Amino acid sequence: MKIHEYQAKGLFARFDIPIPRGEVTTTPEATVQAVSNLGGCAVIKAQVHAGARGKGGGTKVVQSPEEAREFATGLLSTNLVTPQTDSHGLPVSRLLVEELVDISREHYMAITVDRTRCTPVVLVSRFGGIDIEEVASFDPTAIHVEPIDPVLGFLPYQARRLAALLDLERETAATAAQIMSGLYQLFVQQDCSLVEINPLVLTASGQLIAVDAKADFDDDALFRHPGILDLADRSQENGLEAAAAALDVAYVKLDGNVGCLVNGAGLAMATLDMISTVGASPANFLDVGGGASAEKVAGAVGIILSDPDVDRMLVNIFGGILRCDMAARGIIQSYRETGSTLPFVIRMLGTNVEEGKTILRESGLKVTFAETMSEAVKAISEVS
Amino acid sequence: MGILIDEKSRVMVQGITGREGGFHTQACLAYGTNVVAGVTPGRGGQTVKGNIPVFNSVAEAVDRTGANVSMIFVPAHSAVDAVVEAADAGVGLVICISEGIPVQDMVRLKRYQKDTKVRLIGPNCPGLINPGAACKAGIMPGSIHLPGQTGVVSRSGTLTYEAVAQLTKLGIGQSSCIGIGGDPIIGTDFVDVLRLFQADPETDQVVLIGEIGGVMEQHAAAYLTEWFSKPICALIVGATAPSGKRMGHAGAIITGDSGRADSKVEALRDAGAIIISNPAEIGETVRKLIESSHGR
Repeated sequence: MKIHEYQAKGLFARFDIPIPRGEVTTTPEATVQAVSNLGGCAVIKAQVHAGARGKGGGTKVVQSPEEAREFATGLLSTNLVTPQTDSHGLPVSRLLVEELVDISREHYMAITVDRTRCTPVVLVSRFGGIDIEEVASFDPTAIHVEPIDPVLGFLPYQARRLAALLDLERETAATAAQIMSGLYQLFVQQDCSLVEINPLVLTASGQLIAVDAKADFDDDALFRHPGILDLADRSQENGLEAAAAALDVAYVKLDGNVGCLVNGAGLAMATLDMISTVGASPANFLDVGGGASAEKVAGAVGIILSDPDVDRMLVNIFGGILRCDMAARGIIQSYRETGSTLPFVIRMLGTNVEEGKTILRESGLKVTFAETMSEAVKAISEVS
Repeated sequence: MGILIDEKSRVMVQGITGREGGFHTQACLAYGTNVVAGVTPGRGGQTVKGNIPVFNSVAEAVDRTGANVSMIFVPAHSAVDAVVEAADAGVGLVICISEGIPVQDMVRLKRYQKDTKVRLIGPNCPGLINPGAACKAGIMPGSIHLPGQTGVVSRSGTLTYEAVAQLTKLGIGQSSCIGIGGDPIIGTDFVDVLRLFQADPETDQVVLIGEIGGVMEQHAAAYLTEWFSKPICALIVGATAPSGKRMGHAGAIITGDSGRADSKVEALRDAGAIIISNPAEIGETVRKLIESSHGR
């Protein structure tokens, strides 16, 4: 789960990580006031769940109330498109207005779980700011990766070692170490999947400030963090993806026209791969999961059918626990509810497959049956 | 012979009185698995599925029935507790079917596991099956399997069934099929299983099914190069899946390009694995592999 920059900064502050002075605004008037409260100059940043906002025109340093009003008016209630969003962009309903920081140097600091080491790792680099991944590929030694033992935690000597890599004055290095420790506390206590400060700025006067903040949370741990769940902003999710999440169905919207309904992530990915190989274009990834009921299948089909880009659907079900007759009923239910007439190809194997096929044949829907995945993919590319 | 489980395995089910646990206990029994006990704290003393005794603790189940394998069906928030309970009771093989375990719980579990002898399969996995021994500790449909000499190891669930169905259709039987699970942090990886297949006299060739994310397939490739002498073919899915902008910079910095499908395919190919380029051709590729290895 993602949260906004201003919310991440709120969490940072609770763990004693220094952040710039600022406030969140939702109207141009409030923005003007906020800029004035900061002495007339400020940086205004769109609050969206995507990075590279500057490249999309979502951030600006303003020096006057008129500038602030103009920028805020042009940004609020619009969609911001950045290199990290799709072409529709994300809706902007909040702005973060912050004091300008006198930047002497920009560092990078992050914590995530390294799935190979199976431990958290702290990453630190002297070369922060945008394009940190390019830095990494250019010069791997520019970023230090420090594994953390989950029992011992992030030890003070490790924090000192990393701080030393940032080449700071002694007191500032001590602050850097403290910031890292606070960041690790946050990471563990709130079950984050990622926390990132990019840039962690060293100001001209020797202060360290987290000028940007990112915190992502492990979805599987949210059940034990109701406070974090409260920070969710559904407006930042693609509508279909949000609907799927509510049904507990894994779904990602893609660009094509072939809707896909599959049970199992691996089988779903294999199906998408095969569709692409025959030159057709998948409209989505969807894993309806193992214990799906007819209701859940119906809901999943409904999401696919409500995607305006979809003009046909491919269903690939290998029924173990998921019974084919249940899947068939779910599909029919959804078609009846939506009145859709989109053609679909279905390939089903497993529990109650004959019953499932009979139900579909008798439904009157425009269905094509396939025995193998190859046949199914060929049929979907030929359907009209 | 297959790996890890056979007709002598004494299987207990943690979470046996739940819906999933009960359903799959029934299915395992029907397949021929020797299910000897169930564990659900608070329901000790009951008997389910005809004659399976339920105990309050794993230790009691082990003590009274000699159970040595555990299948776990408990909810995600208590899964680590269940695994550790089994490990502490001396159970040698634990198969965690449960999905949705918080990543940092797995981090702690992996750290703990280092000091124990338990072998953990999963979490979020379909389990394993030994068709020749009519023994399964998992949720896979038993009827699509056929006893034979091909080992199958996979990160997927239903895609593994697809592979098995294709093999069985061609009369190519399986020695053991094991789903290692889809989570980023798991108890047993490809290398662990390949080692077992290498040592198993009944496994002549192997099918490996991998996917995008992490570097498990690359580690497998390194193992193949040094230690693996049997024919192997591999399928990697997810080349067209949406890319990981979600990972944020830190994740991408750690794995770089290794998480991508083409990177895994290249590593495995360089290590001598035959690459299955189309998921519909798993069975056919293995058939050719067997033919050409008999021709040597």
